Parts: sequence; structure tokens; C-alpha cells
Amino acid sequence: MTTNAETIRDLAEREYKWGFVTEIEEDRVPKGLNEEIIRVISSKKAEPEFMLEWRLKAYRHWASLEKADAEPKWANVKYGPIDYQDIVYYSAPKRKPTLKSLEEVDPEILRTYDKLGIPLAEQQRLAGVAIDAVFDSVSVATTFKEKLAEKGVIFCSFSEAVERHPQLVKQYLGSVVPYTDNFFAALNAAVFSDGSFVYVPKGVRCPMELSTYFRINAAETGQFERTLIIADERASVSYLEGCTAPIRDENQLHAAVVELVALDNASIKYSTVQNWYPGDKQGRGGIYNFVTKRGKCQGKHSKISWTQVETGSAITWKYPSCILMGDNSVGEFYSVALTNNYQQADTGTKMIHLGKNTSSTVVSKGISAGHGQNTYRGLVRIQKAATGARNYTQCDSLLIGDKCGAHTFPYIEVKNASARMEHEASTSKIGEDQIFYLRQRGLSAEEAVSMIINGFCRQVFRELPMEFAVEAQKLLSISLEGSVG
Amino acid sequence: MAIRTAEQLHDYLSAFDELRARTQDQPRWLRERREQAFAEFFEKGFPTTKDEDWRFTNISLIAKTHFRTAGEARKEVSPERLAEYRVPGAACQLVLVNGVFSAELSDLGNLPAGVEVTSLSQAITAQGEALARHLGTCVNIHRDAFSALNTAFIEKGAYVYVPRRTVLAGPICLLFVSVPGDSPEITQLRNLILAEEQTEASVVEDYVTLGSGVGFSNVVTELVAGENATISHYLIERESKSAINVSTLAMRQARNANLSSHSVLLGGRLVRNNVHPVLAGDGGECLINGLFIGSGTQHMDNYMLVEHASPHSSSRQFYNGILDDHSHGVFHGRIIVHRDAQKTDAKQTNRNLLLSDHAQVDTKPQLEIYADDVKCTHGATIGQVEENALFYLRSRGIDEDSARRLLLLAFANECLERMKNQPIRDYLKNAVQHWLPVRSSHNTMANELARTWEEVG
Amino acid sequence: MTLLEIRNLHANVNGHEILKGVDLAIKVGEVHSIMGPNGSGKSTLAQVLARRETYEITDGEVLLNGKNLLEMKPEEAASEGVFMAFQYPVEIPGISNAYFLRAALNATRKYRGQEELDAIDFLPFLKEKMRLLDMDERFLNRAVNEGFSGGEKKRNEIVQMAVLEPRLAILDETDSGLDIDALRVVARGVNTMRSQERSILLITHYQRLLNYIVPDYVHVLVDGRIVKSGGPELALALEEKGYSWTEAETIRAAG
Repeated sequence: MTTNAETIRDLAEREYKWGFVTEIEEDRVPKGLNEEIIRVISSKKAEPEFMLEWRLKAYRHWASLEKADAEPKWANVKYGPIDYQDIVYYSAPKRKPTLKSLEEVDPEILRTYDKLGIPLAEQQRLAGVAIDAVFDSVSVATTFKEKLAEKGVIFCSFSEAVERHPQLVKQYLGSVVPYTDNFFAALNAAVFSDGSFVYVPKGVRCPMELSTYFRINAAETGQFERTLIIADERASVSYLEGCTAPIRDENQLHAAVVELVALDNASIKYSTVQNWYPGDKQGRGGIYNFVTKRGKCQGKHSKISWTQVETGSAITWKYPSCILMGDNSVGEFYSVALTNNYQQADTGTKMIHLGKNTSSTVVSKGISAGHGQNTYRGLVRIQKAATGARNYTQCDSLLIGDKCGAHTFPYIEVKNASARMEHEASTSKIGEDQIFYLRQRGLSAEEAVSMIINGFCRQVFRELPMEFAVEAQKLLSISLEGSVG
Repeated sequence: MAIRTAEQLHDYLSAFDELRARTQDQPRWLRERREQAFAEFFEKGFPTTKDEDWRFTNISLIAKTHFRTAGEARKEVSPERLAEYRVPGAACQLVLVNGVFSAELSDLGNLPAGVEVTSLSQAITAQGEALARHLGTCVNIHRDAFSALNTAFIEKGAYVYVPRRTVLAGPICLLFVSVPGDSPEITQLRNLILAEEQTEASVVEDYVTLGSGVGFSNVVTELVAGENATISHYLIERESKSAINVSTLAMRQARNANLSSHSVLLGGRLVRNNVHPVLAGDGGECLINGLFIGSGTQHMDNYMLVEHASPHSSSRQFYNGILDDHSHGVFHGRIIVHRDAQKTDAKQTNRNLLLSDHAQVDTKPQLEIYADDVKCTHGATIGQVEENALFYLRSRGIDEDSARRLLLLAFANECLERMKNQPIRDYLKNAVQHWLPVRSSHNTMANELARTWEEVG
Repeated sequence: MTLLEIRNLHANVNGHEILKGVDLAIKVGEVHSIMGPNGSGKSTLAQVLARRETYEITDGEVLLNGKNLLEMKPEEAASEGVFMAFQYPVEIPGISNAYFLRAALNATRKYRGQEELDAIDFLPFLKEKMRLLDMDERFLNRAVNEGFSGGEKKRNEIVQMAVLEPRLAILDETDSGLDIDALRVVARGVNTMRSQERSILLITHYQRLLNYIVPDYVHVLVDGRIVKSGGPELALALEEKGYSWTEAETIRAAG
């Protein structure tokens, strides 16, 4: 007979099922970081001069920060020093120089994605979602390209964008997250090897969901991808991102940068289900996920919405943010962060209000189990010119067991008196009494736990596109049964 | 101690000497409680803005003013003058003028057997030792100087007793009339409300001023609710705009008791309202509901201290503020969850409307949680009248002043709707309308709209 | 016919004996009330019957319709027709009342091999039950008990009871913290549930409830044992004389 306490424990001890390694030939650069490595990466990718210049400037900036020991230490996470010279900064599957179709992708890689439930072959279950698959540091396949091209939507790997649309890249790269932004953003700018690029032209509503699936496979490598999404005037796009990694004893660094730009009346919805390997029950191994994500609502009436479900990584350091420049622009952040075993998460958002009548919504749900430590860190800043700004922030923490922790650091800076600010916070615990209540009404212990967690995350799940909502709920080991929606 | 020299503490010393001499024959426990409280007050003096609890409220006006003890003023009050302060449907109305009970002005109706509504001094005379179990036990004189000061001068005030299993439909109304003379006067009011187990009752404390003098009412009300009792307390502060009012409502509730405190602050120049419930029994429930409307240079400070001391208790705080001109509002909501108070459910919401660029509100939630399985929520908003809503109403033909007023009424109504006692709610709706800031002199439409209040909510 | 038979029930929590030999038999269609001072074991008895695992059964047996209740999981007991209205109902944020109740009802129907109800069939049925308890329809879409006042939570428990139509309904201090108006509403809900097929066990601290729901039998539980049983008049006597009256009798009986 499963007791309520056992059910809570089972939930807290679920295994990581995505931790296999794919055997494949790799093309990698030697360990370590210096100007020579930067040049090698740039030349491997046959980049134009402006890219190399930009990378070198970023590298020099990063090197000065490293020398000054300026790696950020303020986050509420603990980890040993990272040896940046002990990391491989470029690793790619060996392959033919250009891929004409999916058949030319290494079958091992295709099998990997099938195993992960990401069908790259176009007629499969997820039809209606275009996928860009990034394997270690490079994009290996992008589906539905032709169909998107009919509408003028560009969806390709970052390398391809540099090659075919250098003007767009030059105009927007670093315009939201400059390489000087922070330590990890500088590192990424110097060494990033690939990522996704999206451009939706004026007046176009992107006809399908766009998705990138990131997989770290190789050992001792870091993954440094970069995503740039531009929605031109009156354009709209929904973009999804998923990620997994094999089980390895050492920690691996993932330092990505995402930049979003929304022009007048444009909207971008960016959803993430982050499931990097979190480390084992003793806290060995796992990904360090140090990511800079930021969107700029440049145009009036533009909208950027971030939704994230964070279940993986040993350490998460991530603050998807919105700069609300355009008048009447809207920023949103919906987040579920689960930490279990020895996982640590310091995550939240920044909403910077610059334009008039800008509004932002922040809904953060933290779940801590095992020895997990979960921190919400959020900033809402209303600048002086931002007359009529509004913010609603809600922060809820759920504790499972008594060895975990939840912390909340909301920062509010208001420089314009017309602002309307609303803030709500709660902390609660899944208790034996809650489960007993549901079982007394005839539900099994498993159904009870799943119902409680589903209910807790509901406001965030309903922001996710359908396919991702299902995946997210599965990830939280939950059966849905129609309660969400 | 620079502050101390400016304080007029010697006024209180001589008043205390006078009281001590006059009350030699009173019970010893009472005299000792006064002495102890006065010593506490005299040693610590008045708080300053350096005290966290007084950060947003400067009371140097009180500290620096010479206050005389308000004297007998019954003759200046006619029954007709008080007609507007009668709550329809009340079970009784006890009237105190400058703290002194007036039998002619009061209407004690026919209360059910065993229910007592009288002046505190009568209760002390009649019951003596029996009161020692409650009087002065809910309030903490070490935490708050005004409570210490009030306790030092326990004499005037009201006493309410509701015996076991009594259910009262109509509210018990206590009217405190302040009639200050030419120089500033202080009245120390001490009220004690005892509700035994399984009782249901509402008590209204109503503070009003007659005349144009400056009065300072320093009030402490202790409310003790027995097991499974359902008690509502209403405070109406509508003294003149030169009045000072500092009040503390300290409540202690037993198992399964259900208390509500409703405060409506309209009048007064400097007002501080402390509400301090202690949820001391399992399964207690407490609602703290407030509305404050300030204009001119009024200062209104709402200080909540909610203590959860037992498991499974829940508290709800809802405060709405409307502030115009140069008025200043404060909402300080402190929740303490003691270690044993598992399964506490505490919620706090403070919403404010600023009607002018010079109006100000400080809102501060403060959670201190020592138990690990609790749910605490707090929320605060500060904003203006919703322009969209205003435009919507105007587009339907309502002029701007009336539309604005309608929205303010709706905002105030959120609080009034939480009052379960219909006669009091209706009565307060009228009072609130009277005090809402008026923007224009020709708002005939606003008056017309006001008459159809029911359509607002 | 006997629905519930409790024989010599002993239960511990954290090594402390709370129930020290309870005997009680409830026939189908009867309403019994258990009264007793705080800490006498009333709630423990209710929770043991609903199969809460916190309590260790050290002796005795409990039969529900001839089946061994003490071997059932909470959800099995529920599906066998045991319903408990909680003294402190639990909040489930994010899950609507309507969804929750349908899930609960369907869990029981599945257990009994009945067809599950879809939302279209279920909603009118639920609305009717809510009207009975003066619950506004907006409660349908509100999360289970979240933000409800104490009185609303208790009424919601009775709505659940009306939906789940149990064979044995246990009300654990449902009247505590209610004012007279709310008590009347709850009592009306319970009274309409009285039937020849259903047994009700009212656990209360206050006699007041029994003015509105008149039981067939009243038992007094003191220190883990039933020390006195009688008709409704026993409750009135208790209210007059207080629990110390029965305690005195126990002392006399023991001495």
C-alpha cells in the first residue's frame, strides 16, 4: 500500500530518462580559450569579417572580466570554480559540408531525436511545428523551411543566417544583449557556434509553431548557442525551445544568449521546456545553465511573452526579461521552476518599463523537493518617462518535504508616480493532509499528487502551446486528465 | 534624548497625580496596572519615525502639544444634535460625552437577559476583581506608548458583556462624542468587550466631534471572544478635521471563534488605527476590513498586527484607501505566524487610489513566519482612477465628475460589502458618500447617482 | 441492518493512545451523534474511519457492511461509501470545484464498475446540489476551497457529500466556527440527505447543531471511550451540565 508520504517521495525521486549518449564521430577544437580558438571557430564557420571582429571584441571584454574575477556571484546558488580553460568550445558531428535534405543527416542523430520524441521527419506526429535541431554546438536540420519561405519567414540555423542574411544579423546581433552585458553573455558572444535565427516579415503571422531542440551530446564540451528572433511590424510568431543532455559525472556549461526584437504591433511568444541533465541524487554532474534571455519591445503596441518550465540543470541562472520601449507595449513572464535532489535555481525576470502605458505580468511558480533550492529574483523598474505603467507580479512557492528551500527576492523600482503595481506572494507545502483529503474523495495517491501540482502550475501551463503543455506535465510526472484548459 | 525635552510629558505627570489621588479607593489590581503603565510610558516617551512601527507617521504634533484633560460637557449636547448618529436597527446606543456616560442621551433599549452595556467605571465598581481577568490583558503596554498611556488612565469608556449562547441581531452602538474646549484637550477612552462562547453580536464604536475645538482621543479597546463566538467590530472615525485620534483594537479569540474588524476612517487630522488580533485557538477566523478616505492634509495610518498563535487559523486583511489633495495614507500590515501555528492561512490586500499628485501612500507588508506549513499572501496596489472606466462611463452620457464619483463609490463599496450587518452597512454607505472628495460644485448628477447607490455594487 | 460496526477500537498517534476501546454500531438509515470535550478522541475516530494513515490501530475491528474497513486505503473506503466532511477542509489551488467533484465522483463510479459521467451530464446535477446549500454558481469555477471563508468551506463539504451520495457520512465538527445562519444552511443540506439508505455520524462539540439536525442517538466520548449513550435529550442535559458531569460519572463508574 502506497502511503501519502511514499507518493511524495516517489515524486521527488523520479529518474532522468534522457541521459543516453549517442555514439558519433565529432569534429572538435582543443580544450581552452584564447584568440586563436576564436579565430578557428569563426573560420570553421566561414564567417564574414564583421563576425570575427565582434567575437574578438567580446573575447577581449570577457578576458578582462575574468581577470578581474567578475563572474557573477550574487545569485543564490553554490558551485565550485569553473576552469574556463578545461572546456571544449566547439564540437560538431562530422558530416558532409552542406545538407540538401533530411536523408543526409547522420542516421544516429535522427535516431537520437526520435528517441527524444522529436520527429525530424516532416510527416510525423508534431506536424504543424517546424523544428531546428541543434546537436552539440551546431544545427543539424531544420524542417518545413520551404513552407515557411512561401510566407517570407526565415527560420534557419544561425550559421546559415550569417551566410545568407548578413544584413539582418549585422543590424540586430547584440542589439538587445550586447557582449558587454554580463560575464556569460560576453563568453557566449566570443565562442557561440550556432543557434536559431528567425525573421518574420511585416504583417506576417507565422503559419506554424517554430521550435528548436537542443541536445548536448559530447563530453567535456560547453554549449554556447545564440538565438535571434525578429518580428517586423504587425508580425507574430510563437517559438518553442526544448533541451536535454546525457548523464555525465562532470558538470557541463551551457551559456546561451537569446535576443528577441518586436517592432510596432508585433508579438513574440517564446516558450521553453528546459530539461538539461540535473545531476544525480547526490548532486554529482549536471548542466550549469547560465543563460541570458532578453526581449526588446521596440515598437509601440508590441508584445513579448516568455513562458518557461524549468525542470533540469544542476544550476539554473536565468532571467528572461523584457525592455518595454514602445508605448503600450506588453511584457509577460510565466515560469515553473522545479528543483529536486541537489538542484539549485535562481531564476526570474526583469521588466524594464520605458514607454508610456506599458504593462507587464509576472507569474512565477517554484516547486522545491529533495534538497532543492529555488530562488525567484525579479526586478520591475518603472522609469521616469513610463507614465501609466502597470505591473502584476505573483510568486508562489510549493515545498515538498522539509529539506528544500524557497526564496523570493522581488525588487521594485518606481520612478513615476502614476504606476500601478500589484504584488502577490505565497509559500505552501504539499502535505499529507492535502493528499489525504483527495484520497478521501476517492482519488488514488498518484492522482492526488498530480492534481495538486497541476493546479499549482496551471496559470503557467495554459500559456504553453498544446504539445509543450503535454510534455511539461509529463515532465512533472503528472497525468493531465483534462483539468488544465 | 533631544526629542524628550520637546515632549510635554509633565502634563501627563500632573494629570496622573490627580487621578491617583482621586482613585485611592479603587481596587488595588487596577491601581497597580495604572502605575506600571504610567512608569512604562514616562520612561519611554512618545515614539519617533525612527521606530519601525512609526516610520511613516510623525507624531511630534502630539508630543509637543499641551493637552488638558477634557472635562464634563454634557450640557453642550442636545439629543437632537445626535439624531444623525443613530444607527437604525441598533439594539442600543450608549453615549459618552468627553468619555463620560450620559444616561439621558443613551438609549439602552431592552437588551436580552444578561447582556450588559454600560460605562467602564460602572463595571469596575460593580464587578471589581472579576474584571481583572480581562482588563489590560489583551494589550501590550511595552510595545506601544499610546497603549501604555491609555492604560495609565483607565477610567472612562464603555463596557459590553454578552453571556454564553446569546445571539444579538441588532448592533450594540457606542457613540463617543468629543466636545473640546478652546485649548487642546485629551480624552483617554478604554473599552472592554467580553463575548462568551457561542455568542453572536456586532459592536459599533463611533467617534464624532461637536464644536470647533481640538480634541485628542486616545483609545484602547480590548475584545475577548470565547469559543465558537461570531463577533463583528466596527470603528467609525469621523471626528473633525482638526482632531487627533489614536486607537488600538486588541482582540483575543478562542477556538473556532470568528471575528471581524471593520474600520472606516473619514475624519481626523492625524489618525492612527492599530488592529491587533491574536488567533489563540485552533480554527479561529479573522477578517480585518478597512476603508480610509483622506483629503486636505489628513494623515491616516493603519497599522495591522495579526498574530497567528494556533494551528488552522485564517486571517484576511483588506484595506482600501482613497487619498486626495495633500493627504497621506499608511498601510502597515504585519503578520506573525508562531511556530505552532501550522496550517495558518493569512492573506493581505491593500489597494489605494491617489486622486492628486500630492497625495501619498506608504504601504508595507511585513511577514514573520516561524512555522513551516503555512500560506501567506500579500498584495498591494497604488493607482489612479481608471481612465478607461472613466471614459466608458462618460461615453454613456455621465458627466466626468459624476463618473469619477461613481468609480470612487464602487471602490469604497468593495470594503462596505464585506460588512455582514445590513443596517450598519447601509448606514455607513451614507456616511461614506458624505465624506467622499468633491471635485465640482455643480454635481447635481452625482447626487442623483448617489441616491441609486444600490446599482453601484 | 448494521452498516458500521466498531468493536473495541484502540488507536495511537505518535505512541499516545487516543482511542481506548470504542464500541459503536450504526444501522442503515440512522443518525448518530458523538459529542465530547476537546481532545477526547472525536476527530481521531472520524479520521480512523476515513482511513487516515497517521493513526496506528493497536486493537479492535471495524466492519463496514461486513467488510473489514481497517484494511482499506482511504480511496477504497471512499468508494465503498464512506464520506468525511473535514473539520479543516483543504485548499487545492488551480483545480476548479466542478472538475474536482467530477473526478471524485468518477473515481467512485469506476470502482463500482459504473460508467463515468461527462461534464455535460454532471453540471446540471452539481448545480442542483449547490442550490440546496445556497452556494453561488460562481463557486463552480473557483478553485477548491481557495479563498473561501470558513463557512463557505463547510458548505462546500456538504455540497461534496450531496454529490458523492455516501452510505456513511461522517461530519467532523462541521458546525464549528459557523454562525447561526450558516449553521441553518448546513443543517438543511444534511437533513435533505437523510434517507433510509444512508447513515450519518455527526461529530460535534456543541449541542446547538443538534437543534437543527436531530439525531436518533447521542453518544458521549470522553478520554477515548464512549461513556454514555442515549437519545437527543442526552445532548440537552450535556449542554446544561457540561462535560464534567459525564466525567464525574466516569470517575464514579471507574471508582
